[in-house]
Amino acid sequence: MKRTVLPMGPQHPVLPEPLVLDLVLVDEKVVDAVPTIGYIHRGLEALVEKIEYTEMGYVAERICGICSFMHGMGYCAAVEDVMAVEVPERARWLRVIWAELSRIQSHLLWLGLGADAFGFENLFMHCWRMREEILDIFERTTGGRVIFSVNLIGGVRRDIDDDELLVIVEKLQELGTAFEETTRVFATDPSIRHRIEGIGVLSADDARAVDVVGPMARASGLAQDVRSTGTHLYDRLDFTPVVEEAGDCLARVLVRVREVTQSIDLIRQAVARMPKGDGQAISVNVRGRPSGETFMRLEQPRGEVVYYLRANGTKMLERFRIRTPTFANVPAMITLVKGCDLADVPNIILTIDPCISCMER
Amino acid sequence: MSYLRRSPWILHYDGSSCNGCDIEVLACLTPLYDVERFGVVNTGNPKHADILLVTGSVNERNIEIIQNLHRQMPDPKVVVAVGACAVSGGIFARAYNVQGGIDQVIPVDVYAPGCAARPETIIDAVIAGIGVLERKRKVSA
Repeated sequence: MKRTVLPMGPQHPVLPEPLVLDLVLVDEKVVDAVPTIGYIHRGLEALVEKIEYTEMGYVAERICGICSFMHGMGYCAAVEDVMAVEVPERARWLRVIWAELSRIQSHLLWLGLGADAFGFENLFMHCWRMREEILDIFERTTGGRVIFSVNLIGGVRRDIDDDELLVIVEKLQELGTAFEETTRVFATDPSIRHRIEGIGVLSADDARAVDVVGPMARASGLAQDVRSTGTHLYDRLDFTPVVEEAGDCLARVLVRVREVTQSIDLIRQAVARMPKGDGQAISVNVRGRPSGETFMRLEQPRGEVVYYLRANGTKMLERFRIRTPTFANVPAMITLVKGCDLADVPNIILTIDPCISCMER
Repeated sequence: MSYLRRSPWILHYDGSSCNGCDIEVLACLTPLYDVERFGVVNTGNPKHADILLVTGSVNERNIEIIQNLHRQMPDPKVVVAVGACAVSGGIFARAYNVQGGIDQVIPVDVYAPGCAARPETIIDAVIAGIGVLERKRKVSA
């Protein structure tokens, strides 16, 4: 049969970010997909040679505007690790709270984009309306909506007072109640099921073979989550990774839907367990220049991110390397697209939750 | 026809942005800000667009794409640079694969500052863009 090559991107309505995928089609079936990247590459890892380590945190936050807080947190945690800085406990709990809020925000954002891709615009609007409530919390507590530079090497820049924390928990409870209806729609609506159930199935073996991370792995039945290793105080929270077995697009949606509820619960636990009272330290003064190397892992909304940092005792770091979750998940996307119908390509691409600016840095 | 002139259609292209400004552009379309009530529509087709919103800066790879999109838009057209990166390269200005603001490759009419640019700033810039569109239409008429 005749083969047709259909280029998709870099400017395409379903992709908010530029990515080129050359789809090789036989009739309506995709037989091959060749990705081309490099449209967003900035070379920010090399900026460590020009920017002092104390200021590099601002660059790290701008690796990606969606998981901005977690990139800042990962960078600061890595520098703290190299310099053996003891971060005050309250600051560490505040980081957990902001990190989980970021996860809720990111998942709601994605669920909206996903809904838009399978043609449910109303649901897109509902998800983004709920997301604005999380952004309100960010704005009240840090002053920024998407990028808020609240991380500091040695702690955090702002405290949230105890009354405010209780208000946040209450707001999130209300959001959780409102989200139950959305959960029901995602899980049971027949038109959604018809569109994404059984589409783009990644079996557990394939998931292991292409080495996927995050919700993508958990939707294929692998209970893989950095939070379950107990770092960053997660050992003091009741946490079990959300796992779905089916491995299709619907499973990937449901993992994220359930993680929103889970993150609300994690924040409630964190607020209950953190040390209370006014006048607690939220940062320590960090002096000197780092020397040594470290690896730092975090569970971002899209999966595991790994930072490698090497310092040589000067004010510039020698090397800063980031392995982002989308980079790990793109091979799976290519595997999944092969053999599917052309009309399902946007859904499959979106369900890996691609973050191209993370991937290319 | 005056009511039509106040409903610009938007084409959004992400240069090499960190996503921060892109999601704020999208946030303008969702219930809290909802610019669609003013007839502002986000379109994927450059030939339907009046205003080009560019986030992120210019690099070797996207110069041609930005120029292509700009060329395909019908006259009169307006370009809005959204966010610090699109304005000047922003925090990444010194990175090796960043050449600077988008005014190096296409003429920019409105600059919307901020890192990330807030939805209010973006809406303000689009409204300023409507004024520029009007002036350009008068000149060409």
